[in-house]
Amino acid sequence: MGAAVFFGCAGIAFGPALALVLLTVAAEPLRVIVLVAGPALPPRVTATALPHVNPASGVWLRQRQRWGVSWVFLPPHHLPRAFFWLVSLLLASLIWFVSVHLSDREDAKLQYGLLVFGAAVSVLLQEVFRFAYFKLLKKADEGLAMISEDGRSPISLRQMAYVSGLSFGIISGVFSVINILADSIGPGIVGIHGDSPYYFITSAFLTMALVLLHTFWGVIFFDACEKRRYWCLGLVVASHLLTSGLTFLNPRYEASLVPIFIITFITGLWAFFTAGGSFRNILKCLSCKQEDDSRVMMYSALQVPFED
Amino acid sequence: MITFMNNSDSEEEPCNERTSLMSAESPPVPSYQDGLQASEAGEAQKRRTGSNRSPNNIADGEMSDSGVPVRESALENEEEELTLKYGAKHVIMLFVPVTLCMIVVVATIKSVRFYTEKNGQLIYTPFSEDTTSVGQRLLNSVLNTIIMISVIVVMTVFLVLLYKYRCYKFIHGWLILSSLMLLFLFTYIYLGEVLKTYNVAMDYPTLFLVIWNFGAVGMICIHWKGPLQLQQAYLIMISALMALVFIKYLPEWSAWVILGAISIYDLMAVLCPKGPLRMLVETAQERNEPIFPALIYSSAMMWTVGMAKPDTAARGPSQQTWDAAEDGRENHRSPSHADSQMSETRSPVPTRPITSLEELEEEERGVKLGLGDFIFYSVLVGKAAATASGDWNTTLACFVAILIGLCLTLLLLAVFKKALPALPISITFGLVFYFSTDNLVRPFMDTLASHQLYI
Repeated sequence: MGAAVFFGCAGIAFGPALALVLLTVAAEPLRVIVLVAGPALPPRVTATALPHVNPASGVWLRQRQRWGVSWVFLPPHHLPRAFFWLVSLLLASLIWFVSVHLSDREDAKLQYGLLVFGAAVSVLLQEVFRFAYFKLLKKADEGLAMISEDGRSPISLRQMAYVSGLSFGIISGVFSVINILADSIGPGIVGIHGDSPYYFITSAFLTMALVLLHTFWGVIFFDACEKRRYWCLGLVVASHLLTSGLTFLNPRYEASLVPIFIITFITGLWAFFTAGGSFRNILKCLSCKQEDDSRVMMYSALQVPFED
Repeated sequence: MITFMNNSDSEEEPCNERTSLMSAESPPVPSYQDGLQASEAGEAQKRRTGSNRSPNNIADGEMSDSGVPVRESALENEEEELTLKYGAKHVIMLFVPVTLCMIVVVATIKSVRFYTEKNGQLIYTPFSEDTTSVGQRLLNSVLNTIIMISVIVVMTVFLVLLYKYRCYKFIHGWLILSSLMLLFLFTYIYLGEVLKTYNVAMDYPTLFLVIWNFGAVGMICIHWKGPLQLQQAYLIMISALMALVFIKYLPEWSAWVILGAISIYDLMAVLCPKGPLRMLVETAQERNEPIFPALIYSSAMMWTVGMAKPDTAARGPSQQTWDAAEDGRENHRSPSHADSQMSETRSPVPTRPITSLEELEEEERGVKLGLGDFIFYSVLVGKAAATASGDWNTTLACFVAILIGLCLTLLLLAVFKKALPALPISITFGLVFYFSTDNLVRPFMDTLASHQLYI
């Protein structure tokens, strides 16, 4: 107990999310402003206007730039998403609260049943709000495309899907685990009444899985909505319900944690292929042979260069 | 402690500042307002984004540089686009200080017991809430709110009168006195309590040295010149200290009712034609006076002070503006004036390198937010942290709600392009989320967590 458990569990729960945020989303807005201002300016002006951008830094730089664009354009992107998630949670809690108050408080089985019902409603509401957010982003995307010069929005819907899934996951994970983390600092003994002594560490792992799952679901969900593949949508909702349902098997952790991580891995692969990844891409990225394309990429990320 | 609080009312000053957002295109800016006094009285703090002017200038300057023919529609589109982008950037530039202030307040509340102990009340909230009946308690809190808000209104009107009749020395003196008190006395108390909590011993000579240095540098940074980031840090610190005082001395229900009432007052004071703050803005615009940057948090405006710039001709007028501005304390609207001057002086200089032009544009288009807004946001989040039965979810929900409100307010600013109050939307969201999270979400999440269920 104490600080070690706190930092360990916090690291497990939010490590991947933090890494994702730092690597992909937290690009400087300034760089983005100049980049985004790019489409309206002649390319050579754009080039000189980025003194700290090294065109030779390859794919990495390009990715950062592109993510930076998405960061600024609908920034702070995490917050509206977090807000939507909070509202969905609020509605679900309202439903649960009302149902609990209308029912018999003494009946433990009934209360447990209501809790399951509340959890299911919450999952469904989260997906509904994810869809609502997709609609909102689509509108914003169209608006941006309209005002940009070449009719294309500087951020792709995929990037928005990723960022929105990530922020959804982070807020969901934080709300699930922050009270547990706060308790883990203080003095106490876990499981003194016969519960599992592994409560903290399993909570941390479950949170990590949840954060990653939300990110993957976001990518798949938006892609499915975009391409109108409703069976994909149904599958995402079903897997969310399944994951939430598996947690009911706690504290039999081998029955809940292992399947959840398997689901996470499979969903991750699915999201990777949905986002356009392939083994070839991985090999290309690893071999870092992007030097020649980078300058072209920098421009094409903005617009087709003007013909003088 | 109680007698001290009763005697001084200057402590109240910084707490009532508010922000309002102003369009960059309106003529130079409102008055020098006594930020601290204004805070008691004046709530509307204006914030200028200057986003409307700068894109025009960037576009003009660079188009003429490159020699590429400009298409009218492209120019407009690009201006709109740049407005969006710069508006977005301002959102981020404000989120960081607001978040920092809230983090300081929440960290203090959660660790230092002193600020959650009931130890008397301020003179502005004389009715006690220790009554047994709910109705009586509600009545007392409403009465407390009425008294507090009337004090604020009276101070605002007093401030407007002082400003109208050009009693600048009085205003400056009052402000300096208030900031002295904040920087020395409140910091001393805060430091004492923190040391007590962590059981760290500090002898009086060291304490004197620390407080003296902190306070003296703070006075210089806030009232005169200093590095931008240091000034920002000091402003955040004093907002946090003020918020902590409020959290400690306002009784529970009164605090919530006061938060609600003050956002309504802010709305009226900034938007109604006869509102004191609006009159203040108009007077300042008539007089065409530069603004004191002291009681507004400024994210980028101050960079011209103390920085060597190649083109001193363009700097000239703006430097003068800033030098004059540094004599007193003040408010928010300052950036717009300096903005417009700088933009004007910049456009006829087409030979400047583009990088510095853009850096200039970006930095000068900084946003300003009044310290009163910081204070009330932090009061809301701090109260949520203090009273929500040890629950972090409520605190987080309030935090997200306030930031979303701030986001929306900036969006509205970009749409309406005139002075807007920054408190109403954020405080409304914050209050709604506080009460609903505390009463609905908390039992739900607690029950789920006890079964280790995840949703």
